[in-house]
Amino acid sequence: MTILTETKDGPLVLTPDQVEELGRQLDELRAKVVADLGDRDREYIYSIIKAQRGFEVAGRGLMYLGFLPPFWLAAVAALSVSKILDNMEIGHNVMHGQYDWMREPDLNSREFEWDNVCPGDQWRHSHNYMHHTYTNIHNKDRDIGYGILRVDEGQQWNPLRLGNPLYAFGLMVLFEWGVMGHDLEIENIVRGKRKWADVKKLLSGQWRKASRQVLKDYVVFPALSGPLFLSTLAGNVTANLVRNVWSFSIIFCGHFPTGVQTFTEEETEFETRGEWYVRQMLGSANITGGRLFHIMSGNLSHQIEHHLFPDLPANRYPELAPEVRALCEKYGLPYNTGSFSKQIGSVWGKLFKLALPPFLVRKESAPGVIVMRQQQPTEVGV
Amino acid sequence: MVDLINLVQTLTTPHPLDRYLELIRPTLTTRVMRAEIIHVRRSVLGSVTLTLRPTRQWTGHAPGQYVQIGVVIDGVRHTRCYSPVNVASRRDRHIQLTVKAHPDGLVSQYLYHRALPGMVVDLTPAAGVFQLPEPRPERILLISGGSGITPVLSMLRTLADEGYPGEVAFLHYAKSPEVQPHRPELAEIERAHQNFRIESRYTSYGSGYFDYDELERVAPWFADAQTFVCGPPGLMDAVRKIFEAEQLADRLHAEEFTLSAAPVAVGEAFGTVRFAASGASAQNNGAVLLEQAEAAGLTPEYGCRMGICFSCTAVRRTGCTRNVRTGDTDSDPDQPIQLCISAPVGDVEIDI
Ligand code: FES
Repeated sequence: MTILTETKDGPLVLTPDQVEELGRQLDELRAKVVADLGDRDREYIYSIIKAQRGFEVAGRGLMYLGFLPPFWLAAVAALSVSKILDNMEIGHNVMHGQYDWMREPDLNSREFEWDNVCPGDQWRHSHNYMHHTYTNIHNKDRDIGYGILRVDEGQQWNPLRLGNPLYAFGLMVLFEWGVMGHDLEIENIVRGKRKWADVKKLLSGQWRKASRQVLKDYVVFPALSGPLFLSTLAGNVTANLVRNVWSFSIIFCGHFPTGVQTFTEEETEFETRGEWYVRQMLGSANITGGRLFHIMSGNLSHQIEHHLFPDLPANRYPELAPEVRALCEKYGLPYNTGSFSKQIGSVWGKLFKLALPPFLVRKESAPGVIVMRQQQPTEVGV
Repeated sequence: MVDLINLVQTLTTPHPLDRYLELIRPTLTTRVMRAEIIHVRRSVLGSVTLTLRPTRQWTGHAPGQYVQIGVVIDGVRHTRCYSPVNVASRRDRHIQLTVKAHPDGLVSQYLYHRALPGMVVDLTPAAGVFQLPEPRPERILLISGGSGITPVLSMLRTLADEGYPGEVAFLHYAKSPEVQPHRPELAEIERAHQNFRIESRYTSYGSGYFDYDELERVAPWFADAQTFVCGPPGLMDAVRKIFEAEQLADRLHAEEFTLSAAPVAVGEAFGTVRFAASGASAQNNGAVLLEQAEAAGLTPEYGCRMGICFSCTAVRRTGCTRNVRTGDTDSDPDQPIQLCISAPVGDVEIDI
């Protein structure tokens, strides 16, 4: 396989040997971190957990003063921060197996549950396995559009796509419910590719998880605040909403800004480890920001590093980033990064643009990389 | 009380209540059992005796049983089994453990060098069928070697404490008196109880090893007794052989002396892979466990088959495996491992 990057300075060809060499260097980078895992990482994750629990308790407590608007706002803020930390820097990363090496039953990827209506085991299947193995491969990675959105030109346009930004908005607001439904593959049931019987078990798991979450946030806590029932209910709804909007935004910045690439099944059929690494780099995008921003995004602002090393503790991504970037530069590969406003703007721009029929949209020459096979070099006209 | 805890669990869902409480104090837990080290004594060379105060979930131990304790070393939690050496009593809510620092024992070295009063460790309920039967038999013979003394010492002390009227003989093998813990206690018990016979043998003084004559000398009545033995494999074998020859195997109770096996050197594939949950087993052919399981006709859950998704995690009960990505070997019992990137080194038992 030859990898050819089309950059401003013209195309660049990586030989299969170079790809494997790159893979080897990334493996080395990984081994270096693995060998160094220890107390520092443990202290880090426990300090985040401690902070999250603190915000949670503060948020629940402040709701009792919710009749005073500033306190209500403070309560919502604290609870939102708690839910964001719980889902992103803790839940997402722990369920990736990043802390399995600590052998803490409570931080084991198989055992952990997050403060989200989606049951952990289903998320591990749709995300850890499907998305992380088949990143950005059309018809395999269901994160491309989540079955409802058009986020890539490779997806067919039809009149229903006109609602693209609207669907995206809906998904953003109800993100945790969207994540929950992800593993069901509803559209495949509609198309008759999946039987109802297949999803029965998933549905009962979702019922079990979601009912408990709903009971806690929308019934028990409001009820416990007595006359403040409505104010607490509104506060809890808002905190969940804030978490939804935030995680949607961070996650969409990870794969959908301009410059990220998608792949076909044929291209990636007999992928080597080196090629897998290259695909992860080309299919992900980072967001620049300060330390607090990275923590609040669960370090998914280091999406490229996360996709290369999904099972390394996320607090290591910032220190890995310069090395990964240097490798990209060495091989002429793009390293897609930018400020939050730039990345999210580009995501929404795309969502709007791709709603329109292709003939209305000016075709830009997509920067980035063409992956092709050595056996059929004529395929892409070289 | 339990209902109240359940209500509070609803409020903390999906995290257990203990995950909040332990942030206040590690021993303030409702479900999880822990213990605080309240006393540390290093009386003989190479051993440390710890007194632990368990949290309120502790329900006591029967003499001879063991507990698991867990400590964090370099960020990683390790658990090991130890037998309490103290009298089994429901009144006294303490446990005493004597830990011998083995040359490459990670946990025992850590406890020997670093244990301090105030440290909190994980604790599991006492378990194991190696225990004094109720009602007590009329004659009891206890044999131990090295750190195998711990479960039988608990038996001996319990019998002494109960004022057991029958005949007791205790035969212990140690390298030398300097490394044998609890010698004063043993002397004290012997002095206070006419019907207790306690003898120590020191192998580096040329005392000889266990044999039939020794058995006759210490407990001529052994054929009528219940015998309990715990120690290194050599001692266990010698005892077992004699009891089998005398057709007394049903009166012999043995506790395997569990040292966590040191990681085996990586060589050619050998040994057997046993799949505990399904009862299947296969000759180890060196491939990763996921492939070996599939070749044996099993269908363990998997996803990426490249070590990133953790779908294939299963518990390694015993044996040593090698992570083919890092080359690291590991042989701690009961650890979850990723089947798709773990190859067995020698005999391995996996819970699938
Ligand atoms: S199958 Fe994905 S980690 Fe083993």
